[in-house]
Amino acid sequence: MADIKLSAHNLNLYFGTKHILKNIDIDFSKNKVTSLIGPSGCGKSTLLRCFNRMHDLTPDAKIEGILKLDDLDIYKKKYSVTELRKRIGMVFQKPNPLPKSIYENMSYALKLHDFPKNELPHLIESALKESYLWEEVKEELKKPAVKLSGGQQQRLCIARTVVLRPEVILMDEPCSALDPISTRKIEDLILSLKRNYTIVIVTHNMQQAQRISDDVAFMYLGELIEFDTYENIFKNAKKELTKNYVSGHFG
Amino acid sequence: MDIKKRESLDWFFKQAFKATGLLTICMLGGIFLMLLYNSIAFAMDIKPVDFFTGYQWNPGNANGKYSILPLLVSTGLVAAGSMIIAVPLGIFTAAFLSEFAPPKLQAVLKPVIEMLAAIPSVAIGFLGIVLVGPGIAKLFGIQNGLNALNGSILLAVMALPTIITISEDAINAVPKSYREASLALGADKWTTLFKVTIPAAYPGLIAAVMLGLGRALGETMTVLMATGNAAAMPRGFLDSIRTITATVAIEMGEVPYRTTHYFALFAIAAVLFLITLSINLLGEYFANRLRKFQA
Repeated sequence: MADIKLSAHNLNLYFGTKHILKNIDIDFSKNKVTSLIGPSGCGKSTLLRCFNRMHDLTPDAKIEGILKLDDLDIYKKKYSVTELRKRIGMVFQKPNPLPKSIYENMSYALKLHDFPKNELPHLIESALKESYLWEEVKEELKKPAVKLSGGQQQRLCIARTVVLRPEVILMDEPCSALDPISTRKIEDLILSLKRNYTIVIVTHNMQQAQRISDDVAFMYLGELIEFDTYENIFKNAKKELTKNYVSGHFG
Repeated sequence: MDIKKRESLDWFFKQAFKATGLLTICMLGGIFLMLLYNSIAFAMDIKPVDFFTGYQWNPGNANGKYSILPLLVSTGLVAAGSMIIAVPLGIFTAAFLSEFAPPKLQAVLKPVIEMLAAIPSVAIGFLGIVLVGPGIAKLFGIQNGLNALNGSILLAVMALPTIITISEDAINAVPKSYREASLALGADKWTTLFKVTIPAAYPGLIAAVMLGLGRALGETMTVLMATGNAAAMPRGFLDSIRTITATVAIEMGEVPYRTTHYFALFAIAAVLFLITLSINLLGEYFANRLRKFQA
């Protein structure tokens, strides 16, 4: 097994009295793309959000178990959540650029973490290039980000995450609001990003999971049913449930 | 009931509701026309130039002075002072309520703040005379605590419920995805609030301030009781003042009918009306923009 970048052990999550994630054990390998698949409401997004502590915002969420980034305990009290979120970036389902200009969307992220001012333009340019957006926006960096197309907005959101040089990027159905061409661009982007980053992506789209994943985790009703390489999951899944789901019999 | 009857009943109610709606508009129009008519009568006696320049409001006798300036400056001063106090306080309270307060505290605080609006202005004025005014006198070592500062503090209290309620709506209306975007980049709650949430809520916050300001400008009883009643040009917040509203309230009862003085009171009321009307319209305009943003 390759280097493990991100992991969860005996993870249980409750919203109030509802038991949402049940005994999840999972390891994400470094510089790979891992897809989380499963029917709606199975806990994929909830699991994803555990890793950058987005559930901190939900007052009645209770998390048990150990989550680690390398050797760091993600939920350790002393470790600052802002530093953690710099190391584990997140891209959301709906593109969510801030109501600022394209440039400010990027510089906002950098300023939060006290990057030196004179390096900003250079860092922003290289992150936009890495996200295949530079050529399209270099003339109009002052334009409001919401004026971009949906696909461009999403690439901007990815660039905004990439500019902080995180170690892990979490993506929550990043293409579900986009058209096929934009989706294609984002998928290419994901494949090129995995050289430098560990990527965990939630997706509803089986074809997409096959196109981009190294590993695939299938979840159902809050449990991790099967976790394997994408060939094994899609061609010879060990569990009947997984087989049925990936072949489109339910879900 | 046969169809004929139903139809005529339907027609009747339709007209009745239309009439009540139109009545409101007629009242607004009527008030405005009345103010305008009397203001024109005033302009026959006193040149508008003298009205808007000059430094003295000293009506009544044959060569009375009718300059709105000291009253207008008083009104502006006391209202501006109240906004300086109420705007930061109101917006921060609203931000606290919507972003930080636990639900239980919210459930207590919100009705309490709304109750603040239910206190009669005469009670607040009373508070100004016996409590805030003497406090100010002591604090600054002056004789008379009944001054513009006193009025500003009291008006701030009265404008707060409006400002807080509307600001909170505005802050709540900022899409959650903005906050998530900021937080996921590693911003803390405070940075997110000041750099993302509040800027995104600006149109609504402006509406809140405008409507609060309208309230402060139009308030009468409190400023009448608590600001010292001196119709002279104020030099600062520690001077006693008299606002337009207070002037009308005090002098209207004793003024001889259809004299220059009588018309003058209508004229200053008309000026105030135009100011508050435009501020309210501006506030509504921004509030409407907020509603579009929510949809």
